[in-house]
Amino acid sequence: MSEIVTRHQPQIGPGGGGGGLPGEGYGDFGRGDGFPPGHARRVYRTGMYLALVGISMLFMAFTSAYIVRSGLGDDWAATTLPSLLWWNTAILLCSSFTMEQTRATLARGLRSASNGWITATAVLGTLFLVGQILAWRELASHGIFVATNPSSSFFYLLTGAHGVHLAGGLIALYYITLEAWRYRLGPAKRTLVEVTAIYWHFMDGLWIYILMLLWWWR
Amino acid sequence: MSHAAGPAAVHHGAPTGFIRKYIFSMDHKVIGIQYWFLALAAVFVGMALSLYMRLRLAWPNDHFPLVAGEGPMTPETYLSLLTMHGTIMVFFVLTTAPQGGFGNSFLPIQIGAADMAFPFLNMMSFWITLLAFGVIIAAFFVTGGAPLGGWTGYPPLSALRSVPGQERGMDLWIISIALFCVAALLGALNFIATTIDLRTKGMTFMRMPLTCWAWFITAILGLLAFGVLLAGGILLLMDRIAGTSFFIPGGLVVNEQVVSHKGGSPLLWQHLFWFFGHPEVYIAILPGMGATSQILSTFARKPIFGYRAMVYAISGIGVLGFLVWGHHMFISGMSPYSAIAFSVLTLSIGVPSAIKTFNWIGTMWKGNIRFDSPMLYAIGFVSLFVSGGLSGIFLGQPSLDLYLHDTYFVVAHFHLVMGVAAIFGMFAGTVFWFPKMFGRMMSEGLSKLHFWITFLGVYAIFMPMHYIGIAGHMRRYADTSGVDYLQPMQPVHVFISIAAIITISAQLIFVLNVFWSMFRGKKASMNPWECTTLEWTVPSPPPHDNFGGKFPVVYHGPYEYSVPGAAKDYIMQDSPEKGAHA
Repeated sequence: MSEIVTRHQPQIGPGGGGGGLPGEGYGDFGRGDGFPPGHARRVYRTGMYLALVGISMLFMAFTSAYIVRSGLGDDWAATTLPSLLWWNTAILLCSSFTMEQTRATLARGLRSASNGWITATAVLGTLFLVGQILAWRELASHGIFVATNPSSSFFYLLTGAHGVHLAGGLIALYYITLEAWRYRLGPAKRTLVEVTAIYWHFMDGLWIYILMLLWWWR
Repeated sequence: MSHAAGPAAVHHGAPTGFIRKYIFSMDHKVIGIQYWFLALAAVFVGMALSLYMRLRLAWPNDHFPLVAGEGPMTPETYLSLLTMHGTIMVFFVLTTAPQGGFGNSFLPIQIGAADMAFPFLNMMSFWITLLAFGVIIAAFFVTGGAPLGGWTGYPPLSALRSVPGQERGMDLWIISIALFCVAALLGALNFIATTIDLRTKGMTFMRMPLTCWAWFITAILGLLAFGVLLAGGILLLMDRIAGTSFFIPGGLVVNEQVVSHKGGSPLLWQHLFWFFGHPEVYIAILPGMGATSQILSTFARKPIFGYRAMVYAISGIGVLGFLVWGHHMFISGMSPYSAIAFSVLTLSIGVPSAIKTFNWIGTMWKGNIRFDSPMLYAIGFVSLFVSGGLSGIFLGQPSLDLYLHDTYFVVAHFHLVMGVAAIFGMFAGTVFWFPKMFGRMMSEGLSKLHFWITFLGVYAIFMPMHYIGIAGHMRRYADTSGVDYLQPMQPVHVFISIAAIITISAQLIFVLNVFWSMFRGKKASMNPWECTTLEWTVPSPPPHDNFGGKFPVVYHGPYEYSVPGAAKDYIMQDSPEKGAHA
């Protein structure tokens, strides 16, 4: 066989890049340079961005159904959004901020500070989900259920679908928090923090989008 | 593997136990074989269903065992067979084997990687797909029986519970499709990430074999399309179990009762479904095109004609595939202006398709063709793709489609171009890669016998359907005995059914060949076809991590055959030997 790149050659760069964007730090290879799978942080980022594309398509389809359905029939009665949603939104925005702080402090090696920030993120995320359930209960107490009219159907569908995706992110946050307090967030786990942060910010943005859709296109 | 310390040890090592090695395996090659066997099981279920449909159509008054108890098969049973045949074939055969099976088995090796980007996710994709298959099969055995809404699941029929056959079976159908969507999305993500990030040194995009390009584009289509079907499935399930009215119009009377739903639109489902459904056609056929390109070039001992044009054509088909879903809905009452737009876009797919076809012919032209069985199947693919594709030009025109849409003409069209052509792609892939998958050669004699019977058989089945379609024979009907003008066509049905029985029987040759060769076939050498791509640089079958802890370096494009001045008539992709076609 011809020239080969063996694995024990230092293919993973110098290491210790510290939470930068692709193009810095370790794992910085030209694509097609050859390296063992599962070691490049890049592949997890690529995977996460692709997952976000897939999730976006799901919500694009819901959106187009929402817009088309709102123009059909005479049974569309705009759902009044529970005011709790605005508080939930504020909580979720805060959690994005704390997630960024987690990343920043972790990159600077301030472990205990980052432990605090990641815990705050997990708590805020949980609060958001609880708040969403309370918002559902508020609507239900006014007699507005899934099948009441198409607008309420979409309200429950969109908030529910977002909640399910966000819950997946929460599970990752719980895991990271647990690992953080055991001081096990070594360089190998930084990638996990990074892709979780990407996902979490996306969930934040997705929620703002859904809220705007429900608010402006009533 | 003494040198494989360091990072290699971090990567999942070769499992030793039977369960981790063959059942819950994370090795892409094992998962590929698992997908392949799943598709093999599914294709036999699907074929058995079509056999029953053919029996009913040819001999309407006879009784056949196993279905529908006493007397002739009821129209409801016929429709449930039709629905399950379509669903199983499209999802669990045409989507499963070409991408999940061959893609999993050979994408990582062909780009010089040790495995897929996310091996655990890969394993999950397979097991969720298998679960989805279990759920769809369960639909046969629940109260009310299998669904009868067609593989397209059009509401209001699919959205209502109070219709025969639309009870639990329909719920299971939706759940199965939703599970399949999730598995397909995970798989697509994995394929794309692998292709982008795990190519070995020197494996630039423009040196990837066309198989990899096809799997890559197919994965992109899957990532963008399956989420939309999932959304549609969730809405449909909510209409059925949560009492919403997304797809159910008001004032609908079922069993002499007005349904409580109102205001929904069945067309909304059609848009969501076909936005997925048309790319799905290409998800089924693109991997077959990739395998065909690879095989034609190898067995004609010539570089593929117009490699770049092939890449652009695959990509072009991928892009156009998302813009033409409306041509499935010409008869839905859409505006003639949108119909013209969809029509023009649809016909423009003929351009990249023709580029591919002419390039395939150009590849074979004046080559030293070796008529081994993979080559026969690949030529069969081209033939079937052209025959089926040409009728698409008729159907792409709204004015003709209005007449032809609900006739056998459409059945003939999509079976040839999407069904049988893709299946021939799978046959070609199986014979071609069998030595690499199982370490043994398939029997050449049995393969050729199977090829000729199947090739002539499928033409005998589907060509006559064009004629009865043009003559106005409607599709989806179990029984046309009361329709006078259809009676002269009954002998055609008998002919088609006899051809179908022979062709289906011939598939036993294939299965026999597979299982016999798996255990008794001639041991395969490393590169029995004298092919240039990376999977032929490793033993048959390859070791757990493909390249034994080393990674190849690529110097050449994938189709360097008959290179002037080269030592042999081909140059391997990882050979540092100088000399290449311009």
